[in-house]
Amino acid sequence: MKYQVSHLKELEAESIHVLREVAAQFERPVLMFSGGKDSILMVHLAKKAFFPARIPFPLLHVDTGHNFPETISYRDNLVKEMGAQLIVGSVQEAIDQKMVTEETGFNASRNGLQTAVLLDSLEQGGFDAALGGARRDEEKARAKERFFSHRDEFGQWNPKNQRPELWNLFNGKKAFGEHFRVFPISNWTELDVWQYLAMEEVALPSLYFSHERDVFERDGVLLADCDYIKKRESEKVFKATVRCRTIGDMTCTGVWKSDAKTVEDIITEISTTRLTERGGRTDDKRSETSMEDRKVLGYF
Amino acid sequence: MTDTTSALLRFTTAGSVDDGKSTLIGRLLYDSKSIYQDQYEAIERASARRGEEDINLALLTDGLKSEREQGITIDVAYRYFSTPKRKFIIADTPGHIQYTRNMVTGASTANVALILIDARNGVVEQTRRHAIISSLLQIPHLAVCINKMDLVDYDEQVYNKIKNDFETFAQKLNVKDTQFIPISALKGDNVVNASEAMSWYTGQTLMNYLEHVDIVNDYNFNDARLPVQLVVRPYTDEYHDYRGYAGTVAGGVFKKGDKVQLLPSGFTTTIEKIQGPDGEQDETFPPQAVTLLLEGEHDLSRGDMIVGTENPPELSQYLDLMVCWFDQSKPLRPRGKYVIRHTTQEARCIVKDIVYKLDIDTLNENDDDKEINMNDIARISIRTTKPLFVDPYEDNRITGSVILVDEGTNNTVAAGMITLNKNEINMRNAGGDYEI
Repeated sequence: MKYQVSHLKELEAESIHVLREVAAQFERPVLMFSGGKDSILMVHLAKKAFFPARIPFPLLHVDTGHNFPETISYRDNLVKEMGAQLIVGSVQEAIDQKMVTEETGFNASRNGLQTAVLLDSLEQGGFDAALGGARRDEEKARAKERFFSHRDEFGQWNPKNQRPELWNLFNGKKAFGEHFRVFPISNWTELDVWQYLAMEEVALPSLYFSHERDVFERDGVLLADCDYIKKRESEKVFKATVRCRTIGDMTCTGVWKSDAKTVEDIITEISTTRLTERGGRTDDKRSETSMEDRKVLGYF
Repeated sequence: MTDTTSALLRFTTAGSVDDGKSTLIGRLLYDSKSIYQDQYEAIERASARRGEEDINLALLTDGLKSEREQGITIDVAYRYFSTPKRKFIIADTPGHIQYTRNMVTGASTANVALILIDARNGVVEQTRRHAIISSLLQIPHLAVCINKMDLVDYDEQVYNKIKNDFETFAQKLNVKDTQFIPISALKGDNVVNASEAMSWYTGQTLMNYLEHVDIVNDYNFNDARLPVQLVVRPYTDEYHDYRGYAGTVAGGVFKKGDKVQLLPSGFTTTIEKIQGPDGEQDETFPPQAVTLLLEGEHDLSRGDMIVGTENPPELSQYLDLMVCWFDQSKPLRPRGKYVIRHTTQEARCIVKDIVYKLDIDTLNENDDDKEINMNDIARISIRTTKPLFVDPYEDNRITGSVILVDEGTNNTVAAGMITLNKNEINMRNAGGDYEI
């Protein structure tokens, strides 16, 4: 069949179309970069969308100060290699300036504080579109997210008033002070992302591959031992061969026992696993609708 | 592991609360191992908390808190699964009457519409509504699943009667390819595995159908169309004079060296180079996103279109549209002005006439009642502030579709399908009969 493309090439084309729409419809877009595989994919697609020109928007990293050190070094290398502009929104600074209050206790996490810092960074930069690597298969509230997701002047998401999206027509019209979150890889699944990264031979942070690390167990999830988490006395640290399936804060990203050393190993592993990728995210487990609740407030 | 060369199929489902749609989706996801253990356990817990005896698979698809509270699906939910043959995207839309707008949204990109009929009830209003919308939106393939066959003793007579009823009704529709499948989503008959209880049925199972239905020709490969999305200008020493026209191919095949026409100027030129995501390529076709480099210098920017020299689209300011109205707060205003988006073009338009409202249960054209509210479908005539480069929707779903945007609220208030045939467009362009 001559005029047919594979599902990965079709997804790639769809994402490139959305990225180009953003560049065309908005004045100051920004790409939210977390250092995880989805945002790495986004950068890779953006390079293709505008080649041979540079990506026409800066990268924005909301740094909680609780990142895995590997994430930061990967980010810095990538930015240097691309010649991109990097903007860092610092949760630590926001805490120091008393803009937000740090959680305390055993389950303290800066995850929720990111929302305020993100919204502040968007406002400071005058950004009218924030590109994110969220996917609809990740979480049930995200299953109903649009490619172009409208946010009011408080950055809030109203799930009951989303704009219908038909064909490949996107409506990015907004009032002054409002902005959009745009999700070009909405239709990719976790497996699609890995298959594509393998096909394209994209370099990835070492965290995704199996390595030995000090860990401890909490509520059935393995967490990396670090200074940012207050451990209970019963929580004993041990060594294990693990990898990350998602990369977020050290405080809320579970690690996963695995021997997967290559992208191909990872693909085999996730095509046979019976657990979702966010199953290790303690931030999602706070309540049945914690993602929806955070999204309404302006979380990414 | 899924083969990376498999194709993507998008299908839409719609159904009432009790016709087993959630069970069917649940089964497709579960049998293709796309429901994870922790998801399953989460809905198991949620079902128990709600005091339900069985595991409620609808909780998998109803994601939002307000939906769970009300036990209804408000919005289009997208679900994903894959088999070694294909990757599937389900646009799962709610079935209740007031949500035509979601069905239309889900249908706009679908290759296949999956229509569920409860074998005990036969063809009902909901079935007709979904079939009519599928036909209006020109979904190329219909899979009519006659469900709950276990509750009618797997009776071939029941199946045949419903099939006949549907076929009689569907004669009025514009549907190219229809497949009927007797299933029991609950028991699994003919969903993934062939039914032993229905040996009289020799056709495909639903999964088999979804994996093999021929979707290659769902795009128009005859008439070359590339709406320019943006112009790529690197401004670097290496690419000093580079000027690439980036866009997603909306129809036909473009080959390196082909003569092409530029709209609206009408100039012709030659394709010098096709830049794809993996470097240069010799040809390109839908749905690829590429950048074209042309011989010579041209005044061409976003909203313009690069097309083949044969059978170009029509340039017109006068269009007839079948619209589905989306706005819940305001009806369509006769002589109202809206922003219109078509491919990468944006213009303004005025509603010159509401021709009729379509009764989507009977297909009757009502020209007495012209109050067009949310979820209504109507034929309207509009005039745009500048010419659009259009094809009839039935020839090309991409260059034949528009959305209308309210200038006050910025909301998308309507989806429109261009219905004029080319003779009518030519006549209108020639005549002075349509002044405002």
